Amino acid sequence: MSSNTRHIAFHRDEMLPPQPPPPATTGVLGWMRRNLFSDWFNTLLTFIGLYIIWLIVSWLVKFALLDAVFTGEDRNACLPRDGVEVGACWAYVQARFNQFMDGFYPSAQEWRYLLVYAVGIALLVPLLIPKAPGKTINALLLFVAYPVLAYVLLYGAPSLGLPIVETTQWGGLLLTLVIASVGIVISLPLGIVFALGRRSQLPVLRFLSIAFIEFWRGVPLITVLFMSSVMLPLFLPEDVTLDKVVRPLVGVALFAAAYMAEVVRGGLQAIPKGQYEAAQALGLTYWKMMGLIILPQALKLVIPGIVNTFIGLFKDTSLVSIIGLFDLLGIVQASLADPKWSTPTTASTAYLFLALVYFFFCYGMSRYSIFMERYLHTGHKR
Amino acid sequence: MKKLAALALGAVMTAAMAVSAQAGTLEDVKKKGFVQCGVSQGLPGFSNPDDKGNWTGLDVDFCRAVAAAVFGDPNKVKFTPLSAKERFTALRSGEVDILSRNTTWTMQRDTELGLNFAGVNYYDGQGFMVRKSLGVTSALQLNGAAVCTNTGTTTELNVADYFRAHKMQYEVVAFEKADEVVKAYDEGRCDVYTTDRSGLAAQRLKLKNPDEHIILPEIISKEPLGPVVRHGDDQWFDIVKWTLFAMINAEELGVTSKNVDEMKKSTNPSIRRLLGVEGKFGENIGLGSDWAYNIIKHVGNYGESYDRNVGPKTPLGLARGLNALWNKGGIMYAPPVR
Repeated sequence: MSSNTRHIAFHRDEMLPPQPPPPATTGVLGWMRRNLFSDWFNTLLTFIGLYIIWLIVSWLVKFALLDAVFTGEDRNACLPRDGVEVGACWAYVQARFNQFMDGFYPSAQEWRYLLVYAVGIALLVPLLIPKAPGKTINALLLFVAYPVLAYVLLYGAPSLGLPIVETTQWGGLLLTLVIASVGIVISLPLGIVFALGRRSQLPVLRFLSIAFIEFWRGVPLITVLFMSSVMLPLFLPEDVTLDKVVRPLVGVALFAAAYMAEVVRGGLQAIPKGQYEAAQALGLTYWKMMGLIILPQALKLVIPGIVNTFIGLFKDTSLVSIIGLFDLLGIVQASLADPKWSTPTTASTAYLFLALVYFFFCYGMSRYSIFMERYLHTGHKR
Repeated sequence: MKKLAALALGAVMTAAMAVSAQAGTLEDVKKKGFVQCGVSQGLPGFSNPDDKGNWTGLDVDFCRAVAAAVFGDPNKVKFTPLSAKERFTALRSGEVDILSRNTTWTMQRDTELGLNFAGVNYYDGQGFMVRKSLGVTSALQLNGAAVCTNTGTTTELNVADYFRAHKMQYEVVAFEKADEVVKAYDEGRCDVYTTDRSGLAAQRLKLKNPDEHIILPEIISKEPLGPVVRHGDDQWFDIVKWTLFAMINAEELGVTSKNVDEMKKSTNPSIRRLLGVEGKFGENIGLGSDWAYNIIKHVGNYGESYDRNVGPKTPLGLARGLNALWNKGGIMYAPPVR
């Protein structure tokens, strides 16, 4: 027995402490080995990719920072020096910045739209944070009280001592945001209504919904805008003039609503029939069934589609510049015509600035949608 | 059925509009307290917003002149930026009272579209720009040249006509946007850049070395630009027409915004009639007798407006050329006030 014990004495009687994995498989180095340099082909692609990134980034840094002109009074500051082009002419963006932000909004009244922005953010942010309390009152304030406040502040009310600022003076980012947010706020509920209408059992309702959706989906937005600004005034009597901003606003909202309706319909179709039948078996009315069972599930499913439509709508607002409205794109392009600032690099600078602004808003929306998807992704986690 | 009903309704309303549009524009303008003026979405020297958001330019000055004639105040005017496609509808539907938007006077527009051109405030025409180093002094030496231009505009057709008429070879390098055309020309992808001469002057500022380029003397198309009103209101047509004539006459008579008050004491009968010291010319077009005085006092004569917006001292630096007065080598000519 004892010899036997002695015989197995070389066996350890406790576990070895775990060793760290080989350095080449962990950390940054390991990640790079696995993902960037796993074989010769991937390595080649990595180097090509790095080279392309280098080309873009180095050009961008040189153009936007190193060679850029940050201060100056007029085009002379941004003219080529000794025949060599300078980089971005930020001095021009700086000189025009106020105009890019609000078009021709009187500078003495600027506080009004800044206040509208501030209140909007103050109401929107708590609504977007799932844990923030008081959702009902918050939503009521944002969707009922806020539009009235925004309208009074932006347009003005002489009885309250706010001089009227006509919509023709609105422009720049302000106009872009007004059109985009009105379009977003109107298109979602309207889209839901038309999606429900299209799946309704009532033939008239269904037919009207289909007609509406197919009509608006069948015409390009640019046609809608042209019709609203070129044809509509001819059909209206002369003393009835529809505001120049309201026309595309209605057009954009209805257009987006049709797309939204189809996105929501996709969500409704994805809900199993059992859910409908179960709700009906519980004795729920149509609206309760939709409001409590079907829509919450359907809308959650189509968040990417909804946000996609929102982002598309935000970018589509730039089309209004073709009907003589100075939205962000329109005002920037109009400013390019000013001989005071025309230089070889003014146009490139302007478009770089535009790209940054549009990216800021679209990326913001896209990130929030991803957050919302993860947050609501209950019950389907795999 | 619904569509038919909508169409019928539209037709009735159009008919109703056609009738109501006959009504006096002057009364409407006086009632609302400002002139609504259609301008471009930004054309250097003619109508573009400056960095303070004020509209400036030759076409803008003209709108201010009409406001000065009607109200005695050049600021009682509102500007509606219009795209090329919607400009005529905006005028015909009554959305604007005048269209002062670098619009070329053509027969089709003057007749078929139901518009009236009140005159010409700028004689433009298509021209050529080349590098000085090419040593070319006339467009007739451009045989075999590569020509940069915009796609789908009449400029392309004009070039084709011109080169064919003079039996010269050429090659077109066409782009969609003006900015692209300038860039291609600047990079040497073509020898010649062609567009309207006022446009050449503006685009030239975007070149790396503007001084290395010249604009050739030839003008190969007629582009008379002028203010437009709608058919059916002769009184308003007269006001707009004579606002332009007053500005040109003032330059011819040497009346400027600076000396207009002294000029009122002038013994020259033409000046006395223009400034309303003699006669009732203002009353005849429904305005006060000091209508032209107000135009000149607040906006200036045609030459002042020209020099301020597109003249040799501005970045555009356009010489008067055709737009000089008839007695100074140009063709600017206005009927007399008498």
